[in-house]
Amino acid sequence: MTAWLKDRAAIVGIGQTEFSKASGRTELQLACEAVKAALDDAGLRPSDVDGLVTFTMDTSDEIEVARNLGIPHLSMFSRIPYGGGAAAGTVLHAAMAVATGVADVVVCYRAFNERSGFRFGDTGSVLGGGLPLWLSWYAPYGLLTPASWVALHARRYMHTYGVTNEHFGAIAVVDRHHAATNPDAWFYQRPITLADHQASRWIVEPVLRLLDCCQESDGGAALVITTADRARDLAHRPALITAAAQGAGGDGEMMTSYYRDDLTGLPEMGVVAQQLWKASGLRPSHITTAFLYDHFTPFVLMQLEELGFCGRGEAKDFATVENLSIGGVLPINTNGGLLGEAYLHGMNGITESVRQIRGTACNQVPDVEHILVTAGTGVPTSGLILSPSA
Amino acid sequence: MSRIEPSMSPDTAFFWEGVAQGRLLVQRCGGCDALRHPPRPMCPACNSLAWDPYETTGRGQVYSFVMPRHPRYPGFDDPHIAVLVELEEGLRLVSNLGEVEPEDVTIGMPVEVFYATFEGGIVLPQFRPAAPT
Ligand SMILES: [Zn+2]
Repeated sequence: MTAWLKDRAAIVGIGQTEFSKASGRTELQLACEAVKAALDDAGLRPSDVDGLVTFTMDTSDEIEVARNLGIPHLSMFSRIPYGGGAAAGTVLHAAMAVATGVADVVVCYRAFNERSGFRFGDTGSVLGGGLPLWLSWYAPYGLLTPASWVALHARRYMHTYGVTNEHFGAIAVVDRHHAATNPDAWFYQRPITLADHQASRWIVEPVLRLLDCCQESDGGAALVITTADRARDLAHRPALITAAAQGAGGDGEMMTSYYRDDLTGLPEMGVVAQQLWKASGLRPSHITTAFLYDHFTPFVLMQLEELGFCGRGEAKDFATVENLSIGGVLPINTNGGLLGEAYLHGMNGITESVRQIRGTACNQVPDVEHILVTAGTGVPTSGLILSPSA
Repeated sequence: MSRIEPSMSPDTAFFWEGVAQGRLLVQRCGGCDALRHPPRPMCPACNSLAWDPYETTGRGQVYSFVMPRHPRYPGFDDPHIAVLVELEEGLRLVSNLGEVEPEDVTIGMPVEVFYATFEGGIVLPQFRPAAPT
């Protein structure tokens, strides 16, 4: 990404449903509710919208969302692949569209019943149409879940830098501490200690315990993006899109990139990081708070290194509860993250970041100047830097 | 013991045919002799589409390993070891580690391939600690 896009577009509306384990309604309804809430928040009408962006994995078609909302026509629609890696990518595509005049108002959405509907690792659903070709290198050996794919990668990182599962516990403790004071969070009022983390059962030994893994959720979230010019006339303080980027590394697979020279980093996030810093002109020290994609704790440590918040192999010392909590050097995941609030494939990290920019988060960080948001890790991914002013 | 049956495509069938014959095959590029795995149509080094199967020694070392504990799947011991092996030829592949207790496994330990037949006649390459040479 070049600096051309810098601060030309803004997130002006956010919407979300409640987060639950059983929404009791269709994914399409969740999508419509989230989009409507985001438009109401922005003070815009469905008739203002001419672009929609979602994930390739989303089951709600753009034209169905438009039909339900009464959006009269769409001049731009696109979908971003690679699961949670898409989250910030939706904003990049929306920002490109409004900054170039291809669209005026774009809504990004993601909604699903991931807990009550289809579940990862369910052999019945995987085997319905025969094993996907890529999975044939892993599933016959018992690597059937995202947790197991992540763990085999993270184990090599642990071995190389002397990292233990206890180091990952700090991430879980921080997230659950933040979730405990967020009424929207699934784990509201349920903080954990490091001892709780260490007492939780192994999911993939010796890398991931239960409290290292996010839980599947039902819910929806949506974001409204328009030009920075138009944003000035709207209800809320805009969250300017200072930088937005997607990234894929070489010789990768979606979640099983085991064939690269070394397995101690997240090259996709490195591609994103390089672009974010270059396009924004900022450095890690300029970031007030961050939402770091935390579906599994080990990749949060690896992200801190890949993004440059600390050196290679130093995250085990940097990622302390103190450093990552509000008041620390880099407060992260102030809504509780995917571990504590909900696993909305990273979209709830963007809604939280917008609240931090507005000053309306329930765990508000004082004087936010720049906030960094990342999307899925270990997959082709994306990231954002948002700012309250240019 | 049942295992999930791998799917194959015209690009990958040779690997599984090799396994059925007790041979661990990878692709060797017809343009530049580079080896590659998992199989795919084009060589990233020279873009040649020509390749032939190349039989590895089946020896290598443990590059990473984990024990998936939850959820449990039928056909697997608990714990069972999923391993990422780095072959002598420099390629990696995922498999299982058998004939060893988890506490005796270390990253870097030498391993060798063997072949196991599971329910329904599914044959998979498996690894075990290498016999001293
Ligand atoms: Zn070649």
